[in-house]
Amino acid sequence: MATSAPVRASRSLKIPTRLDRRYLPVVGTFVVLALMLIVGGTRYENFLTPAVVSNLFINNAHLIVLAVGMTFVILTGGIDLSVGSVLALSTVVTAALLQAGLPPAVVIPLAVGAGTVIGLAHGVMVQYFQVQPFVATLAGMFLARGLCFLIAPESIAINDASFGELASWVQIFGGWRMSSGVLIALVVVGLGFLVLHFTRFGRTVYAIGGGEQSALLMGLPVARTKVLAYVVSGTCAGLGGLLFAMYSRSGYSLTGVAMELDAIAAVVIGGTLLTGGTGFVLGSVLGVLVLGLIQTIITFEGTLSSWWTKIVIGVLLLVFVALQRILTLRRT
Amino acid sequence: MTQQTAPAVVEMTGISVEFPPVKALDGVDFRLRPGEIHALMGENGAGKSTLIKALTGIHSPTAGTIVVDGVERRFTGPADARAHGVSTVYQEVNLCENLTVAENIMLGAEPRLLGGLHWSAMRRQAASHLERMGLNIDPASSLGSHSLAVQQLVAICRATVGDCKVLILDEPTSSLDTDEVAHLFTVMRTLRDEGVAILFVSHFLDQIYEVSDRMTVLRNGGLVGEYVTADLPPAELVQHMIGRSMEVLEAAEEVLEHTERPADATPLLQVVGLGRKGSVQPFDLELYEGEVVGLAGLLGSGRTELARLLTGADRADVGETRVAGAPARLRTPRAAMSHGIAYTSEDRKGEGVVDGLTVRENIVLALQARRGWIRPLPRKQVDDLVASYIKQLGIRPANPEALLRNLSGGNQQKVLLARWLATAPQLLVLDEPTRGIDVGAKAEIQKLVADLAAEGMSVVFISAELEEVLRISHRIAVMRDRRKVAEIDGGGATMDQVVDLIAGGGTK
Amino acid sequence: MTKILRHYLFWPVAALVALLVANTIARPSFLAISIRDGHLFGAPIDILRTTAPLLLVALGMTLVIATRGIDLSVGAVVAVSGAVALSHIASSPNPESPVTVLTAIGLALALCLVLGVWNGFLVSVLGIQPIIATLILMTAGRGVAMLITGGMITTINSAPFKVLGSGFWLGLPVAAVIAFGVFAVVALVVRRTALGMLLEATGINPAASRLSGVRSKTLTWTVYTASGLFAGLAGLLISADTMAADANNAGVFIELDAILAVVIGGTALSGGKFNLSGTLVGALVIATLERTVTVLGISPLVTPLFMALVVIAVTLLQSPRMRERLTAATRRPVATTPPEPQPAARPDPTEVKA
Repeated sequence: MATSAPVRASRSLKIPTRLDRRYLPVVGTFVVLALMLIVGGTRYENFLTPAVVSNLFINNAHLIVLAVGMTFVILTGGIDLSVGSVLALSTVVTAALLQAGLPPAVVIPLAVGAGTVIGLAHGVMVQYFQVQPFVATLAGMFLARGLCFLIAPESIAINDASFGELASWVQIFGGWRMSSGVLIALVVVGLGFLVLHFTRFGRTVYAIGGGEQSALLMGLPVARTKVLAYVVSGTCAGLGGLLFAMYSRSGYSLTGVAMELDAIAAVVIGGTLLTGGTGFVLGSVLGVLVLGLIQTIITFEGTLSSWWTKIVIGVLLLVFVALQRILTLRRT
Repeated sequence: MTQQTAPAVVEMTGISVEFPPVKALDGVDFRLRPGEIHALMGENGAGKSTLIKALTGIHSPTAGTIVVDGVERRFTGPADARAHGVSTVYQEVNLCENLTVAENIMLGAEPRLLGGLHWSAMRRQAASHLERMGLNIDPASSLGSHSLAVQQLVAICRATVGDCKVLILDEPTSSLDTDEVAHLFTVMRTLRDEGVAILFVSHFLDQIYEVSDRMTVLRNGGLVGEYVTADLPPAELVQHMIGRSMEVLEAAEEVLEHTERPADATPLLQVVGLGRKGSVQPFDLELYEGEVVGLAGLLGSGRTELARLLTGADRADVGETRVAGAPARLRTPRAAMSHGIAYTSEDRKGEGVVDGLTVRENIVLALQARRGWIRPLPRKQVDDLVASYIKQLGIRPANPEALLRNLSGGNQQKVLLARWLATAPQLLVLDEPTRGIDVGAKAEIQKLVADLAAEGMSVVFISAELEEVLRISHRIAVMRDRRKVAEIDGGGATMDQVVDLIAGGGTK
Repeated sequence: MTKILRHYLFWPVAALVALLVANTIARPSFLAISIRDGHLFGAPIDILRTTAPLLLVALGMTLVIATRGIDLSVGAVVAVSGAVALSHIASSPNPESPVTVLTAIGLALALCLVLGVWNGFLVSVLGIQPIIATLILMTAGRGVAMLITGGMITTINSAPFKVLGSGFWLGLPVAAVIAFGVFAVVALVVRRTALGMLLEATGINPAASRLSGVRSKTLTWTVYTASGLFAGLAGLLISADTMAADANNAGVFIELDAILAVVIGGTALSGGKFNLSGTLVGALVIATLERTVTVLGISPLVTPLFMALVVIAVTLLQSPRMRERLTAATRRPVATTPPEPQPAARPDPTEVKA
């Protein structure tokens, strides 16, 4: 019986020319984004302009932040249905407290903190009471929406001068514009990327998605990490609310209805598997941009009714999900 | 070698663990010395896992003391145990396939740079650990891209990172083939010689004898004794483990009669050139009534794949199948069932038990599925059927309403057998029916197979244990490299002969 | 006592009773039922009527969840159903004719059946995760409904169709009779045949079920189809109640309410064992809760807050950790099967992921 080289070393050499499978979905998203830009650019005038691209970011800054938080939760194999409602709560808290005359330096931490607290509650329910993430965050969704109505049934305009100053801060480079909201969103994306790839917490998030039991037996801090993932998502939703309040200059309890679906759709289109363990923050950002670009194109098209947005997003989801399915089938 | 004089690194005294009203461990003493490979032996339910879990802090003992490295300890869990030098590697690879090999080895003890992970140092260190294991794989590749054996070795690699005084290997070999086991043993010996105390659990007696220095035997939650491996003959060990003599085992041999079948008999199942791309090369096979055909071969030789083609679990892409002389297409398990073919998968947990259903529901599942949902079996008939199988197969607990997840592995296997026997099959294909179950239950299942064949059933029997295949098969088909390479008469076959065929003829 | 406490129906029924008591205290005549024009009237009857659509959706949802799935698209299907039926009636020259109404109902149900088949196809044939597969229709479905109504809220006048929403039969609301009737028939079929067990087997271990000859794919496909059909029927009841098809708002959040009803009823989202009777109680709890808010004179806008509190209370009480506490508190001797040593080191993986 042969005894030499008993265990085959599979793929001992890395072939740099071949793309790692893990990046394929993100590359797919990128290709779609590029195609949409090219198609838009050839079909419409004034499409491929710095103004349109800048607006794409400005209009979706809050969604980018939500998607980053959602990515953390989905990577652990969970889901957060509450982000739309928590965003609304944050806008309402911001507007109501500013109306009451509190300075933004106090209001902003409170608004974001509201999201953090709700996220913490989700984490505790999921981890310590073993409530399914779907149900726990569904409860959070109702809770946050109910609190919105309790605080302010009507829309509140924001007139605070220093908040307005912060919200209207814009940096202009040639035709490009970057609002304070976009700047914050990009910082969040950067932080999200660093945390996921260069901290033990981030790697544990991936490990939990790959197999919670395994992560536990590897001695990784599963409980703490899972709770923290929901805290991150809640905080991002709170921050997203702040950005939305800056963008809309108001707080309204009916904002962000079904926005959790947009966030989930963005994450899925960005190549993150809902089963957890696979995906990237940058993919989710691309996903948000794809969603935003669909809106833009339909606006440019002019003749198309708004409901086509939903149908196109649905079709795009289908295509991406089918592609992911084919990829995972090949792998096994 | 065992250093009799060295102070024990783990000393457990008078350990009791209770799950009221059951006493899972009752005053067990256990000692592990540095630089030894110590086998923990016992049937399922003897308390092996409980003892390990008591040591690593998953269960908390109700009595007794645990001293590790001279300090009395009660670990709060595997992480705590690991922090004090006690690492565990389980039967299933408990690593994350989506992470890189380097992360799987280093996470928890990862090198840091500016408060974050230091990736390049992590890969470098992982590579040096891998090298110690004799593994030449890229630490940056994802774990999921490697074979189960490599993953298992990576798991051991992880366990030995840092200060590892005690390494617990809980059935690490059950899914490895012979070569891979040999490699694992080399690694174990290396670690032993470095002074690591290794606690080894395996159901394979020959492996225990090959690699262990000493052993502790448990039975029914109690300590039977501690022995030096070389001084304890296997027959005695088995007696210690099951607490009864070898009668049951021998009974199986006696029952198996070699009846001559008539020359013109029609095979129950005949396949010609059946194969599936990437799974198993086209093969021919004939199965007759009242005959046990054993499939011998290493893991990955195609023995499971062949069984899956015979039973419609996988779809063949070439070849013909005849059932009782008439052409048949077995494209799904359902189609195979309608021809009286039953199949129990090697993956008991994944493809066998429905653990949230009761014993009763599990037993009638296949029969009911064949009848279709619209025609439920009358309750009275179900109860009688279930009661008779619980009695005939000795299923414990003998409660039809017990949830299957609360049964031990051996009893779950019996329930699965009952599920298929209830459909009164003509051909029963058993893939590793005795894996991971205790010696007593193993013997009972072997005897059952022999009895069924004597009653006229045709049985295909797959097992990684060659001895077992030899003992109960009338004919043996030998598999190698996804190809059926030989078919020999079971009666006259010897171990050496089969090993020769498996190894490819010319062994040294 | 403790046995009752541990029964899966205990907490949902307790919640229902608590709500009814609260209502009766706030308005002593709450439970009174009177007869007017030969019809039964009163808050309990009203609750039955408003439960009807939710009950139908929750029924399909329970079966889907039993197979380890989920159907997020039911709200969109409700909208599509109403849009199809009302568009057909509105465009017909004779909206009062029973033939027109029956055709409209037939068309709506047929389309919803197709949508259910589509979901089932994605899940059982393509093997896409249920939550995503149905997310697709959840997103696109409302777009389709708006496409059908042209983005308008279609309103109609049609007496035969109105019967579905606000008619009475034998003194009882037609909507309630239909919903509870369908529920009873399905519950009977599921439990009197082997369907329930086979669905549970599929939900707990699909691979083992397939090898045991269970037609898991067909079963899975069937429950999604049924879910689509029941959602379509619910959509008809909802649109007949308002006599309007509002593609944006019809059935909004009904998928969440239905999932809540299932969860409150003690069926785990992880699949397997399911309780239709629990779902029935769950649906009644939700409908009663909505009613309670109005009875107590609270703004209906705050309903979500109460929903949240009930959900949190019920799910926490049902959580394993709480059960342990309760068990410990009542000091009952262990009567369940002893925890035999697990055959494998790894605990049940089905419990890890929802």
